[in-house]
Amino acid sequence: MRVLMFGWEFPPHIAGGLGTACYGMTRGLARNGVDVTFVVPHAYGDEDQRFTHVLNASEVEALYGSTGSGADDILGNMSFIRIDSNMVPYLSPEEYADYHERFVKSGQSTWSTTDAWKQRYTFSGKYGANLMEEVARYAVVAAQVARDLAGQFDVIHAHDWLTYFAGIAAKRVSGKPLVVHMHATEFDRSGENINTQVYAIERAGMQAADRVMAVSNLTRNIVINRYGIPAERVVTMHNAVRFAENSSAAPERGVDDKIITFLGRITYQKGPDYFVEAAAKVLKRMPNVRFVMAGSGDMMNHVIRRVARLGIADRFHFTGFLRGEDVHKMFQLSDVYVMPSVSEPFGISPLEAMRSNVPVIISKQSGVAEVLDYAVKVDYWDVDAMADAMYGLIKYPALANMFAEKGLEEVTNLKWNNVAAKIKAVYEEVVAEAENK
Amino acid sequence: MKTVCLYFQVHQPWRLKKYRFFNMGKDHNYLDDLLNRSIMQKVARQCYLPMNALLLKLIRENEGRFRCSFSITGTAIEQFRAFAPEVLASFKELAATGCVEFLAETYSHSLASLASKEDFVEQVQLHVETIEREFGQKPAAFRNTELIYSDDIGAMAAEMGFRTMLAEGAKHVLGWKSPNFVYANAIDQRMRLLLRNYKLSDDIAFRFSDRGWDQWPLTAGKFAQWLASEETPGEVINLFMDYETFGEHQTADTGIFEFMKELPQALSATGCLEFATVSEAADRYQPVSVLHCPHTMSWADEERDVTAWIGNELQNEAFSKLYGLKEKIARLDNPDFDYVWNFLQTSDHFYYMATKWLSDGDVHSYFNPYDSAYDAFINYMNVLADFIIEVDKALVAKEA
Repeated sequence: MRVLMFGWEFPPHIAGGLGTACYGMTRGLARNGVDVTFVVPHAYGDEDQRFTHVLNASEVEALYGSTGSGADDILGNMSFIRIDSNMVPYLSPEEYADYHERFVKSGQSTWSTTDAWKQRYTFSGKYGANLMEEVARYAVVAAQVARDLAGQFDVIHAHDWLTYFAGIAAKRVSGKPLVVHMHATEFDRSGENINTQVYAIERAGMQAADRVMAVSNLTRNIVINRYGIPAERVVTMHNAVRFAENSSAAPERGVDDKIITFLGRITYQKGPDYFVEAAAKVLKRMPNVRFVMAGSGDMMNHVIRRVARLGIADRFHFTGFLRGEDVHKMFQLSDVYVMPSVSEPFGISPLEAMRSNVPVIISKQSGVAEVLDYAVKVDYWDVDAMADAMYGLIKYPALANMFAEKGLEEVTNLKWNNVAAKIKAVYEEVVAEAENK
Repeated sequence: MKTVCLYFQVHQPWRLKKYRFFNMGKDHNYLDDLLNRSIMQKVARQCYLPMNALLLKLIRENEGRFRCSFSITGTAIEQFRAFAPEVLASFKELAATGCVEFLAETYSHSLASLASKEDFVEQVQLHVETIEREFGQKPAAFRNTELIYSDDIGAMAAEMGFRTMLAEGAKHVLGWKSPNFVYANAIDQRMRLLLRNYKLSDDIAFRFSDRGWDQWPLTAGKFAQWLASEETPGEVINLFMDYETFGEHQTADTGIFEFMKELPQALSATGCLEFATVSEAADRYQPVSVLHCPHTMSWADEERDVTAWIGNELQNEAFSKLYGLKEKIARLDNPDFDYVWNFLQTSDHFYYMATKWLSDGDVHSYFNPYDSAYDAFINYMNVLADFIIEVDKALVAKEA
């Protein structure tokens, strides 16, 4: 089985959970004997005139340093194609337009945002003036890639809406079946105020697809109910989690207080404001606890103002956007991890926290709640329950230890190998269906 | 005869380094040593040293007729000592001429006058001691941080024994009245007020190099004519500005040093203008009226109020958390902690947290090492949080 996969990001250059999921998934597929050709957009500076790059895994590692896998030969059956594009994950069309405007104003040939607390985006004159143009341009290149690789793949797999046009184009050119993967829907990202263009692309991608994979039953229901995709074509494919073996020694703790952590993009979807309200409640009862919000996003300034107004800024800290080793360090420094997402299709970060022996509180509105028993589950809006849970896990070590121990056991059994086997079975189904047509 | 009162403000804050959550509890060096050193040495090279040399020359050439006043913050003096001792030496030389008056202010260029009387008095006393030690003068006149002034603040300063204080000649306070007279504090009328003539001061401090200004280029002769003419009625013309105007905000190539060099000659050529220090000017004239100023004003921004430092949620939170520490610092009574406590009070930290970006955005961003008010707030609170932990630890150790 050979698959042509369209993604947005791949470790170690990642901004969120999708890259991590793609990495685990492709490794799992490789172990299950599936050959993967992974296509990713990559923004180059103006000096670089190459358009597409075909790389093998070792070259990726050479470019970026180790991808964190350690020595293994499984990545040998993967190849990468990098397409010059600044299609960036987790950037809404509106934000893209804003950044592009600032790039144009800057009058420079390339422009990057330089805000130290935030992630980095690069813009240059050869990229589209808006995200939709960039998505379309990416699809044109994808069609060419599919043509060039004709006969070298059996199935196409596209992750999230930015790559759906690419997936559709590749399907038209090659006639191979298409699987699209919904890691998040527009309703998760924007609540009810959806961007209708994004919605339309998501729907077109799912309608054109032979199968839709949803990362949770929650997402599967949204796909069926709000996008009108027939239920028999939608399968739930829960994410798993993969851990590097060498977990570095725990960093020395600087403060004696207990630390309760939120780690993720500070956006509507992630429910950061509920975390703040719960924190204020806990701080009224308990002096020796600190809250950390790690990440950046469009609600960050709002959250900072709220923290200041609540008068808890001496015990509520912001780290800005964390990457690589710092994320790991943050988990290790935490005593409780909270994911209060308003809407979370899956949510891989609690699994990473559990892996670091940290008890977690997750919202019932997250897909990961479907696969976890040893996590405290609360409604995202129920800040009293959230504060109760925080208080309990800090106050009663026996409770925290139980969650940490059992949680570690539970999370260790969520393996990408098993998920990949299921994905492979779906591939086989769609290939068989296509042949029988 | 009209009196011209030149007063210069010298200040450098201790800038904080990028201090992350991960530093907390482990790293108690809060300052960006490289940045502080490079800024101090740059400003010393471009402004303090050449301008001090020029003033010294003018004082000697004019045989006592050229006079001016300074206030130098404690944090600036600390940085002279650390990074540019020759600057401190040149100020001492100026002090020795007898033609230069040094004013008292808050030690850290702080907002203590807005916090409490106790904090305020402590900051001023600390500064007075420093000035006496460094320059051998006991300050008789007072200027508050950024010319922050109200009836109450003026009365507090009077109670501390000062008889002259500087304030902004703000339009909304003066109304039809002219800033070019001596006024008196509304509560304690022994306290005389000199009000900044912001138009003439800003002609030098802001507009000097502005080629779009219809009066550009400004020469000493022209400026002296303005001061002497009927257009500028009154008894005392107060030109108050940042000392960094000379060579730093207005760089040497704008001709600002030449302007200063010619100013004493040009003034005496008019035959009706003479220089005086702050206290001399206040002594020379009777107050024409009391100045009612129930609400706090300052020399900053278009609003001439204190919203550059206090007012938004971020600033209020940082301010209340900082001054909430006051009682513990007093109990601790430890110079190492006082040192940090002092530089954390510097108003610049709060200025960086301002979120009003209209007409004064340019000025704010010029002085701001942070990308946004939020970054400034996060960094400051990280430092403050760590400092609070250390204070608590030290108190437990001391009182055990």
